[in-house]
Amino acid sequence: MKALRYLLEKEFKQIMRDRFLPKIIFIMPVLQLAILPFAANFEMRNIYIGIVDNDRSVCSQRLTGKILSSGYFKLTDISPGYEEGLTSVEKDISDILIEIPAGFEKDLGKEGKAQVLIAANAINGTKGGLGYSYLSTIIQDFNSDSGYGVRTAGSITSKHLYNPHLNYKNYMVPGIMAFLLTLIGGFLSALNIVSEKEKGTIEQINVTPLPKSLFLLSKLIPFWIIGFILLTIGMIITWLIYGLIPAGSFGTIYLFAAIYLIAFTGLGLAISSISSNQQQAMFTAFFFMIIFALMSGLFTPVSSMPEWAQKLTLFNPLRYFVDVMRMVYLKGSRLSDLPVHFFVICLFAIFFNALAVIGYRKSN
Amino acid sequence: MNVTANDNNTMITVRNLSKTYSRKGVGEPALQNVSLAVKAGELFGLIGPDGAGKTTLFRILATLLLPGEGEATVCGLDVVTRWREIRARTGYMPGRFSLYQDLSVEENLAFFATVFSASIKENYELIRDIYVHLEPFKNRRAGKLSGGMKQKLALCCALIHRPDVLLLDEPTTGVDPVSRVEFWDMLGRLKQQGIAILVSTPYMDEASRCDRIALMRSGRCLATGTPARICQSYKRPLYSVRSSRMYPLLGHLRSWAGAHSCYAFGHSHHLALKDSATDIASLETYLKEKGYTDALIQPVEPGVEDCFMELGND
Repeated sequence: MKALRYLLEKEFKQIMRDRFLPKIIFIMPVLQLAILPFAANFEMRNIYIGIVDNDRSVCSQRLTGKILSSGYFKLTDISPGYEEGLTSVEKDISDILIEIPAGFEKDLGKEGKAQVLIAANAINGTKGGLGYSYLSTIIQDFNSDSGYGVRTAGSITSKHLYNPHLNYKNYMVPGIMAFLLTLIGGFLSALNIVSEKEKGTIEQINVTPLPKSLFLLSKLIPFWIIGFILLTIGMIITWLIYGLIPAGSFGTIYLFAAIYLIAFTGLGLAISSISSNQQQAMFTAFFFMIIFALMSGLFTPVSSMPEWAQKLTLFNPLRYFVDVMRMVYLKGSRLSDLPVHFFVICLFAIFFNALAVIGYRKSN
Repeated sequence: MNVTANDNNTMITVRNLSKTYSRKGVGEPALQNVSLAVKAGELFGLIGPDGAGKTTLFRILATLLLPGEGEATVCGLDVVTRWREIRARTGYMPGRFSLYQDLSVEENLAFFATVFSASIKENYELIRDIYVHLEPFKNRRAGKLSGGMKQKLALCCALIHRPDVLLLDEPTTGVDPVSRVEFWDMLGRLKQQGIAILVSTPYMDEASRCDRIALMRSGRCLATGTPARICQSYKRPLYSVRSSRMYPLLGHLRSWAGAHSCYAFGHSHHLALKDSATDIASLETYLKEKGYTDALIQPVEPGVEDCFMELGND
């Protein structure tokens, strides 16, 4: 025990004396949480719209007013005719063009229906598609407000549970926190043993009667503690910037984080025990992190992946943890709601650490 | 024969040890049939150039590497089966400085004391002579020490658990001459404490500081014995030859009929004769013919390096 205490003291001294490491450990979560949720945002705002209003009636004014006040669109120009309007799309000034034909108000009044033309620039498919569907929704809204259009017997209304305002940031932030812990657990630990190898200090440790397990433990615990601190900082930042606090309990989050960190420090140690220098370790760790991040559902939903890829994500520990963080944060899930996640993350922890112990052969 | 630690106080035995690094057992062996024994209180030197297999031997004795064939014991314990006990009783100083550079002198010492379940206090007596040199820098980080100081600290760390056996792999390589002399003086004092010391060096002139030496080359042990005994075994007449034109002189000496071998030795060339009957006067005339008017020929006593060159020629 005394030896372990000393080993830990040594690790922390080394980490704190590193000129770079302590800073990056604390700057990284702040920047990631402050920037990424805004950048990784799939909501479309600021779609540039050109309007051709051939009717110039009260009714057409109301429609354009409704479109512009929705917050999704920005008016670029009002053109006298369709041809002119299209030029602005061609010049990439407008993303989408709406033409209201002459006699729009009259037709609506007489026949209860009228036509508008929507032309979207589909080079950026997402922007065009989303712009089109936003516009359609707004026009439908306009119809029902004005009492026009065919009324269906039962109209569909939707209610958004757990994230009522469909705030994309609320969805991203817990996932990014999961990713942060992955980086700390995986990268830092992967580089640690390997740097002892590079400096030759492991030779000196290897000739001591120190048991293998104690040495590995002294490498695991510091990153475990740093991970906890980071998680706490992350939650504070989340609350400060986004006003987001977990709907579920902190206990659940910390419990999952604890096991998850053990799993990933284990992976890091396994990588560092098979690598002979920091470059190799860095590259191997990077490879895993990228795959894990892209296949975790952090940025793109797992359900929209092809089926084979969905099956692959079952072997991705990050996927489970991202899930847990989102469910606890947004839905307030408890441990009893997440038995499968808990079990699988435990399995990963055992598996990766077994790899680390096998990989690090002390007596050869 | 059952070798125990008490048997003639033999602390290290190596018998017919071989080691090959390639996986299928083919390729150049790093060690071939090496045998030696080191007693308690003995300073035993492994002398040989780079690639002689010295480090391989150290790593096997330090239980970091498994022997190929043959056996080795440290403190009477087999290196394969009882490695854990050996580690507790051995101090190993690798050739490369391998303490924590970002920890201070004192922290390194305290760290290694603790992992060996010892304390600085109880064994301070043993390292005091060495540590006094380090004391003024005890709060300095190990990475910022000079080469000689680093070696002293490494020696302290290897000694802090009062080992019975000390394995020092090229402790004086890359250290200035003054520190080298100091270092050997320290080893001389340590062996009086009854510690068996196995030390390697590529510097032939350090061989005389050892009680016994083994000359190694290409994984083989060429000769073992006290430095004096090994020098005595040198049978050929040996001369040192100097002139103002040293480089062409070497070639001419080598092509002389009476020469057995000749090699550069510091400021002069050492020339070994084929047999003692050869008249050295004929060499003088030979050199005059070749145009060396200032050639200086003197008989010399063979040293360890001469023996090494002679044995290596076979």
